[in-house]
Amino acid sequence: MSQNYDRRKFLAELLKFPPATIVLGVIGPVRLLAAAGTDEYEPTEHYYAMGIRVEECIGCGKCVKACKLENDVPDEPYYFRTWVERYIVYTDGEVQVDSPEGGIHGFPPVADESFPPVAAGKEILRTFFVPKLCNHCDNPPCVQVCPVGATFKSQDGVVLVDEDYCIGCRYCIQACPYGARFLDPRTKTANKCTFCYHRITKGLLPACVEVCPTQARVFGEIGDRSTPLNRMMRMSHLEVLKPHMNTEPKVYYTALDGEVR
Amino acid sequence: MDPEHLAQLEAALGQVTGFIYPNEVELHWSILIVIYPYLTGLVAGAFILASLEKVFKVKALQPTYRLALLTALAFLIVAPMPLQAHLGHPERAFEIFLTPNSASAMAMFGFVYAWYLMVVLLMEIWFDYRADLVRWRQNDKGVMKLVRWLISLGSRDVSPAAVAFDKKAVQFITIVGIPSAFLLHGYVGFIFGSVKANPWWSSVLMPIVFLFSAIVSGISMVLLIYYVTTLLRRKELDMSCLDALASFLFYALIIDLSLEALDFIHRLYESEESIEILEQLIFGKLFLSLTIVQILLGTIVPIVFLAAARFSELPNEMKRMIYFVAAVLVQVGIFSTRWNVVIGGQLFSKSLRGLTAYKLEFGGQEGLLVAIGLLILPFLILALLLKILPPWEDAKTDSSELSEAMTEAEPSEASSLS
Ligand code: SF4
Ligand code: SF4
Repeated sequence: MSQNYDRRKFLAELLKFPPATIVLGVIGPVRLLAAAGTDEYEPTEHYYAMGIRVEECIGCGKCVKACKLENDVPDEPYYFRTWVERYIVYTDGEVQVDSPEGGIHGFPPVADESFPPVAAGKEILRTFFVPKLCNHCDNPPCVQVCPVGATFKSQDGVVLVDEDYCIGCRYCIQACPYGARFLDPRTKTANKCTFCYHRITKGLLPACVEVCPTQARVFGEIGDRSTPLNRMMRMSHLEVLKPHMNTEPKVYYTALDGEVR
Repeated sequence: MDPEHLAQLEAALGQVTGFIYPNEVELHWSILIVIYPYLTGLVAGAFILASLEKVFKVKALQPTYRLALLTALAFLIVAPMPLQAHLGHPERAFEIFLTPNSASAMAMFGFVYAWYLMVVLLMEIWFDYRADLVRWRQNDKGVMKLVRWLISLGSRDVSPAAVAFDKKAVQFITIVGIPSAFLLHGYVGFIFGSVKANPWWSSVLMPIVFLFSAIVSGISMVLLIYYVTTLLRRKELDMSCLDALASFLFYALIIDLSLEALDFIHRLYESEESIEILEQLIFGKLFLSLTIVQILLGTIVPIVFLAAARFSELPNEMKRMIYFVAAVLVQVGIFSTRWNVVIGGQLFSKSLRGLTAYKLEFGGQEGLLVAIGLLILPFLILALLLKILPPWEDAKTDSSELSEAMTEAEPSEASSLS
């Protein structure tokens, strides 16, 4: 407050001198122009994607929480832009999947006798966590079906929804094979992960990536050699979800189990 | 946020079995989307029935020709309403016309609908009724005279040449109309059939299955309406017409059942990764509405009834009753068919690991009350259409008989109109 006042006072004093006014008058626009030159975002120069290292995820749910906060996703456990699933494979081959409240509070422990299947004498073969989100498909069925084009693929490879345009028909929700979309109960329009578009276009990381304590989530661009994602893509064996759907997802998983759908 | 909606989601969450994606707790296409294909199916079916008379010259169906056209129109007027009411933003619906996404099956709805309403149905009705409208007008008074003048667009010519032209026009439109009717409902099937994410919907057979179930529903609905209106007018039911309707209904049901069976066997035999969850669906949540209502009561029982009545020597009284009951059962069956497709397709998770539930709301935008209203509305519209454009044979030539008939049916209204 006081700093503001001081600056204003200083400027007011300065304005009393005509030469100063001229100097300020020139500097202002020049700085603006310079800013426009460096900061302006050019979507065609980017092509975003995400990597998820299943073996690193500890199911803490921090990403789910961060996403809800960052993107103003409704609190209720029916609306998620990202969520975490837990897979428990038993020695008899049975697979159990859960995602209590999207995994936002983490998961109840399974190793002890209080976990029903274990209590019933079942033995666990392996368990793992799988974070999920919109795959920003390169061949997105949600975009194909939207009757008005409210869902679209931007030039930088991010699938977005224009909420001023969406008529709320929910065809896209039906068409997404991954359950990545929901209808925002407040706006009555389709909603889903944007890779934190408001952040990445400023050079920041998506909120979920930012908070992940184990770096299970890796963000970057395809084709850009210097991003961590590209290192991951070079070094690992990659999988995508439901490849037979031919949606060409751009969320790449390492160590993805065949059980994951 | 709407607390009632949240309570409903909570209840749904409580009924989930297995694993579903967290966003799947909310079921997005409600009973209104069940009604939509039900209505368009009736439109397409009634129109195809009308075409049988015109194009394939099935003379026995003459008494139901105009009735079928008006039925199609009444249902077509209501068909887009459930869609509109279901949108999150009904006020933006016109965007579908202004900026349609040409890749979207749903975006084509407006055009298919407009084509069918404007080019096919209204034109056919107009040419078919034009000469009658001109004649009726001469004895009309007051509002009715004005209405009929408006509908006939002021047309006056009843010369043989003009009437002959009408006939030709009707013939031509019907020929265009048959593929259009196929398009109208086949297209609705495509909306579901093309969703590759959903193994219950995704099928090339879907448009064809929809089409034949549409024909079944249209024939049985016209049969019911013909039956009831004739009784209300205290006229004789034309038995050869009823027999013809019953035969066509019978054959259409056989084809319909065969297609459904083919679809079922195909799925079972291919046994894709979705088969397990679909089995759970069919023998669990959908057992009543699919196996019992749709297949047994809505298809097999009517087939047996119709066969028994049509191809036996029962007295006409008995036959009629059996036809009527069969047609009612078919309607119930077709409604369940739509339910099983639309709701059934959303009861299992796309993770193929669990099932969820649908609880029909009572009030509210997508509730039972709205649904019932939308199912009654076409009949009210039809009643009005029957007043303005009486489809009865006896109305065709002589308008004095017509007013008599109307007075008989509903004395108070008829007198106030004429
Ligand atoms: S994951 Fe679903 S919502 Fe995301 S782009 Fe693919 S189809 Fe669309
Ligand atoms: S809900 Fe909105 S974004 Fe989704 S298909 Fe309909 S109009 Fe498009």
